[in-house]
Amino acid sequence: MSAETKAKDQPLFGLAAEFDSPEAIVDAARKVMAAGYSDAEAYTPIAIVELPEILGSKRTYIAPIVGIGALLGAVGGFGMQYFANVIHYPWNIGGRPMNSWPMWIPITFECAILMAGVSGVLSMFALNGLPQPYHPMFRLDSFARASQDRFFLCIESTDPKFDMIETRQLLESLAPMAVMEVPK
Amino acid sequence: MSSIPHDATMQTVNPPVIYPGVTYASVTDQVSDVVLKRPFGKAWMAGVGITMLLVMMLTGSIGYLLLKGVGVWGINVPVAWGFAIINFVWWIGIGHAGTFISAMLLLMRQDWRTSINRFAEAMTLFAVACAGMFPLLHLGRYKFFYWLMPYPNSMGLWPQFRSALVWDVFAVSTYGLISLLFWYVGLVPDLATMRDRATNPIVWRIYAILALGWRGASRHWQRYHAAYLLLAGIAAPLVVSVHSIVGMDFAQSLVPGWHSTIFPPYFVAGAIFSGFAMVLTLIIPMRKAFKLENLITLRHVNNCCKLMLVTGMIVAYGYAAEIYMSWYSGSVYESYLSYNRFFGNYAVAFWLLITCNVVIPQLLWFQSIRNNLYLVWTLAIVVNVGMWLERYVIIIISLARDFIPSSWGMYYPTVWDITVFAGTIGFFLLLILMFVRVLPAIAMAETRELVHETHGGTVPMQNMEPRRVR
Repeated sequence: MSAETKAKDQPLFGLAAEFDSPEAIVDAARKVMAAGYSDAEAYTPIAIVELPEILGSKRTYIAPIVGIGALLGAVGGFGMQYFANVIHYPWNIGGRPMNSWPMWIPITFECAILMAGVSGVLSMFALNGLPQPYHPMFRLDSFARASQDRFFLCIESTDPKFDMIETRQLLESLAPMAVMEVPK
Repeated sequence: MSSIPHDATMQTVNPPVIYPGVTYASVTDQVSDVVLKRPFGKAWMAGVGITMLLVMMLTGSIGYLLLKGVGVWGINVPVAWGFAIINFVWWIGIGHAGTFISAMLLLMRQDWRTSINRFAEAMTLFAVACAGMFPLLHLGRYKFFYWLMPYPNSMGLWPQFRSALVWDVFAVSTYGLISLLFWYVGLVPDLATMRDRATNPIVWRIYAILALGWRGASRHWQRYHAAYLLLAGIAAPLVVSVHSIVGMDFAQSLVPGWHSTIFPPYFVAGAIFSGFAMVLTLIIPMRKAFKLENLITLRHVNNCCKLMLVTGMIVAYGYAAEIYMSWYSGSVYESYLSYNRFFGNYAVAFWLLITCNVVIPQLLWFQSIRNNLYLVWTLAIVVNVGMWLERYVIIIISLARDFIPSSWGMYYPTVWDITVFAGTIGFFLLLILMFVRVLPAIAMAETRELVHETHGGTVPMQNMEPRRVR
C-alpha cells in the first residue's frame, strides 16, 4: 500500500489552501463564508484583525475574565489584611484604628494586578485549548511556513456543506498556491 | 545581508522604524538565524567566559556572606542600608524601561517599540532577578526570608502590612511574575516559528514544548491579542506602582532627605531614565554584533535618547525640588542635608551625580549627538553610573548625618560589597548573552505585523485599523 492510498483511506480533517499574502487570505475567507461554509479556520503568521470576524468568531470573554480576576485579587488582598489586622491579630498601637485601610491599598492593588494578569494569561491559553501538542494541520509539510510567511485556510470536514469535489473546486477558484488534503 | 543599507546612508532627520526591503520571510530568517544558524563567535565566547568568572565571584562572595553574616559588608549603625539597597534600587529601576517599552508604548501605539520590546523585557526580567537578591541577602537571617510572605504559621504572626517594606515584597514579586508572563506570552508565536525552523531534533523538541502547540489560528490570535493588550493595560500602572513603592520605602521614614512626598514620581522617572540608559547600553552593541541594523534603526536609538532626555529632566526637577524644599521647610535638619550634600564628606558623589545625570545628558538635545552611536553609548554608561550615584547619595548621605550629631558616622564599602555588586553585573550580562543565543531577541511575529501594517514603511501608523479587545 503506497503512502498516497493510505492517506486517501484515512478520514480527512479538511481541505486546506495555502496563500502568500494577508490580502489573499482575507479575500478567500470572505468568499468561503459567502459560499455558505461555517467550519473554516485560518492559520496565519501574523494576527490579521479582520479574519476572526469574517470566520464567525464572537467575543473572546478574556476582558470579563480579567475583570473578575482583578476583583477577586482586590477583595482577597484587602480581605487578607483586614483579617490579619482586625480579626486574627488586632494590636492597639496608640489608639489608632484597627481598620487603617489607606495603608492597605498598595497590597490590595498589587494583588488585583497579579490576579488579573494570571487569569488573563491562563484563560487565554485555556480558551485556545493550549497546550495542544498535536493538531491535524501539523501533518502538512508546508505548514511549517504558517508561522513564517504563508497563510493557510482550512475548511473542515465537519462542515455540513463539505464535499470533496465542490470544496476543492471552491478553494482552487480562490487562486491559492496549493490545495491540500489534511488527514486527521 | 549585503542588501542592508548601511547606517551612514540612513542618517536622516527621521529614520524609518524598519528599513525598506524587509519582508515577512526576511524578518523571520534574519532573527531566527541569529539563534539557529549563527556559529558561536569568539567575542561571544569571551563574553560568556568573563561573565562566568564574575558569576563565580558572585557565588563565592554570597557564600562567604552567608557563612559570616552581613558584617562582611561595610554596613553598620548608622548606615545600615549600604550597597545592598543601593544596588536593589538601581537594578529594579533598570528593569522599568522594559515594561515601559512593552506596555506603555504599546498602549500609545508607538510602532518603534516592536523591534526592541522583546529584548527590553528580557532585560527587565534579568534586572529584577539581580535586584531580588539584594533585599534577601541584606536580611541578615536569610533562612527566615519566607517570614516576609503572609502564610498561616504556628506563631500566629502576620507581616506588617502597613510597612512600605512589605509592600515592596508584594510589588516586586508581582512585578517579576507579570513581567515573566508578559514576556512568555509575547514569545509563544515566535517559539512556534523557532520550532518550525529548527533542524536539530532536540532543539525542535524544546521549542515545540515551549510553543505549547501554537499554530496561529485566527481565533487564537484574537484571544491572544485581547490578553496581550490587557496585560499591557495592567502592566502600565504596575510599573508605576513598583517604583513608587520603592520610593515610599524611603518616604515613609523620618530621615532628612527621605521624608518627602516627591519621592514616588521622582523615583519612577529616575527608574525609566536609568532603564533607557541600560537599553541603549545593550542594544547598540547587539544590533551591530548580530547585524540587526535594518530592524533596530537609528530611529530607535533616537527615540530612546529623547525619552532619556525627558525623564532626565524630570529627575533634575526632583533634585531642584529637594534643594528648594530643604530651604523652604525651615527645618535645620533638612537644610543641613543640602549643605552636607554640597560640601560634606560625600560631596564628590553628589557633584558627580549632578554631572552625570543633569549636565552631560543635555548633549542629547542635539540631533548630531543622538546619531553618533559611540557618543550615545558612552552617554548611556554615564547615566547608568549617575543613577547608581543618585541612590548612593540618597541612602548614604541621609543615613550618615541624621538628627543627632552623636549618631553620625561614616560608611565605607568593603571588598565584599564590591564583589557582590560586580558579580550581579556579570550575572545580568551572562543572562543577556545566553538569551540572545537561545531565544529570538526581536519579536518576529510583531515585526511581521509591522511589515504588514506599514507595507514596508509607506503607510503611516495613523492609518492603521485600531486594535480592539472584543
